[in-house]
Amino acid sequence: MDARALQKNLLELIRRTSAELPTDVVRAVEAGARKEKAGSNARYALEVIRDNIVMAKDKSQPLCQDTGTIICYAELPKWCDERTFRSAYEKAVVEATRVGYLRQNSVDSVTGANSGDNLGPGNPSFHFHQATGRALTVRMMLKGGGCENVSSQYSLPDTKLGAGRDLEGVRRVVLDSVLQAQGKGCGPGILGVCIGGDRGMGYVAAKETLFRELDDTNEDPRLAKLEKRIMKEGNSLGIGPMGFGGATTLLGVKFTHRNRVPASFFVSIAYMCWAFRRNGFVLSEGGRITRWLYDS
Amino acid sequence: MLLEAPFTEEKIRALRVGDMVEITGVVYTGRDAVHKYLHDGGKPPVNLKDSIIYHCGPVVVKEAGKWVVKAAGPTTSIREEPYQGPLMEQYGIRAVIGKGGMGAKTLQYCQKVGGVYLHAVGGAAQVLAERVVAVKGVHLAEKFGSPEAIWEFQVERFPAVVTMDSHGGSLHAQVLEESAAKFKQLLG
Ligand code: SF4
Repeated sequence: MDARALQKNLLELIRRTSAELPTDVVRAVEAGARKEKAGSNARYALEVIRDNIVMAKDKSQPLCQDTGTIICYAELPKWCDERTFRSAYEKAVVEATRVGYLRQNSVDSVTGANSGDNLGPGNPSFHFHQATGRALTVRMMLKGGGCENVSSQYSLPDTKLGAGRDLEGVRRVVLDSVLQAQGKGCGPGILGVCIGGDRGMGYVAAKETLFRELDDTNEDPRLAKLEKRIMKEGNSLGIGPMGFGGATTLLGVKFTHRNRVPASFFVSIAYMCWAFRRNGFVLSEGGRITRWLYDS
Repeated sequence: MLLEAPFTEEKIRALRVGDMVEITGVVYTGRDAVHKYLHDGGKPPVNLKDSIIYHCGPVVVKEAGKWVVKAAGPTTSIREEPYQGPLMEQYGIRAVIGKGGMGAKTLQYCQKVGGVYLHAVGGAAQVLAERVVAVKGVHLAEKFGSPEAIWEFQVERFPAVVTMDSHGGSLHAQVLEESAAKFKQLLG
C-alpha cells in the first residue's frame, strides 16, 4: 500500500468536505428558500446561505470559518491497518490546517492552549470498523461548535414535558430540543436522533444517522413516520433560518435506535447546522478513488 | 436598506426589528478578550464614538504585504452580555453585529443609549469576507492574538438583519414567545 497516495486522497477529502456541501443539502436549502415569502428575513438569510455555498466551492475555501470537530469513520480492509490509516489521516489534517482548509480548532481542555494543527487527545475523532471486502471506505464529518452546543440528551420519563417511555414521549422531547435551540445552532438544522443506548452510544449513533441522505426514507416504518411528523411539526414552530422566524426550521430529521437497559431511556439529539459538511470515498487496493459517497 | 457611516443616533433610532440593512463604513471586530479588556478599564485603541462592533474572529492573512480577509462570519454574541450594554454607554458604541442575539440587559441599553443589534447570517464566512473591501488596521494583536484582536474593516454593503432595536423590540424574544405557544399547542 502506498501511504503517501492515501494521504493525498485524504487531503482532497478534507478539502472537499470543508468547501463543498453535498447536493442533497444544497437542494434542501433551495427548497427552503422557495418556501419563504419574498422579502422576508427568512428568505434573505437562505439566499445569503445559498450564495455562500456557491462562493466557498468556487474559491475552494471553508464554507464556514468554524471547521468544527473532525469526525472520521473508516472501514479498513486487511491491506490497511489502523495505525497506518491513522497516521495518514493525521498527516492530511495537519496539511489541511496549514493550507487553510481547516481552522486551528483543537484546544487543550486543561490549559486552554491551541495545538495549532488540529491534533490532540481525541482529535480527530476516529471510529474504525473492519471492512468486509477489499475496498477501504472513509466517511468524515465536520461538526461545528455552535450546533454542538445546542445538541441535547433527555432521560425519559420527563415529567415537565409529559414525556413517557414511548414514541410519543420521544416526540415531545425532540420537539422541545428544537424549541430550546431556537436559531442558536445556525438553523435551519438537521436532527440526528438516537432512541436508547447508554449516554455515550446514544450521541455517537445520533451523529452516525446524519450520514444518511436527506431525502431517503427510514427502513423502519415506525421511525419513518416519526421522522415525517417531527419534520412537519418542527417546521410549524416558526423559528425559521437563524431564528428570524419562518417556515424553514429543519432541513431533515433522522432517527435510529439502540437497545437500552431496563432502568434507562435516553433520547440523544445531535443538532447539525445548515453548514452540514460530510463526505467520503471508496478506495481500491491500488489506491484509486473508485467512488465519492456524496455528489457535491 | 442602506446603513452608511457616520452611524449617528438618529440613523440608528430609525431602525426597527426586521429591517434588512446593508452596512457601508468602518466596523471594528471585537470578541471575548476585547470586551473583557475594555470592561476592566483598558483604554480603547480606536475612537468608539458612533461605532459598530462586530463579534467576529476573522481569518486574515498577509498576501504580498497586504491583509486579505479569508473568512469573516459572526461568532455567538451572548457571551458578551455582561459587558455589552455598559460599553455601549461608556464609549458611544451604536451597533453590535453578531449572531444568536443578546439578552434583556443589552436590549435595555439599546433603548437607553440609542443602539441596535444586527444579526449577520451565521456560517456565511465567504459572503461576509467578500464584503470586507479593505483592512484599515489592526490593534491589540500582540496582546490577544489575531482572531481576538480589534480589526478595522472597511465594509461595503455588509448584510444583516436588525433583531433588537432602540424601541425595546427584540425579534429573538418575539420568535421565542410565538414558538413556545405553538409548541404548547402541539403537545396538547
Ligand atoms: S454552527 Fe455551523 S454554521 Fe454556525 S458557525 Fe458553527 S459551524 Fe458555522
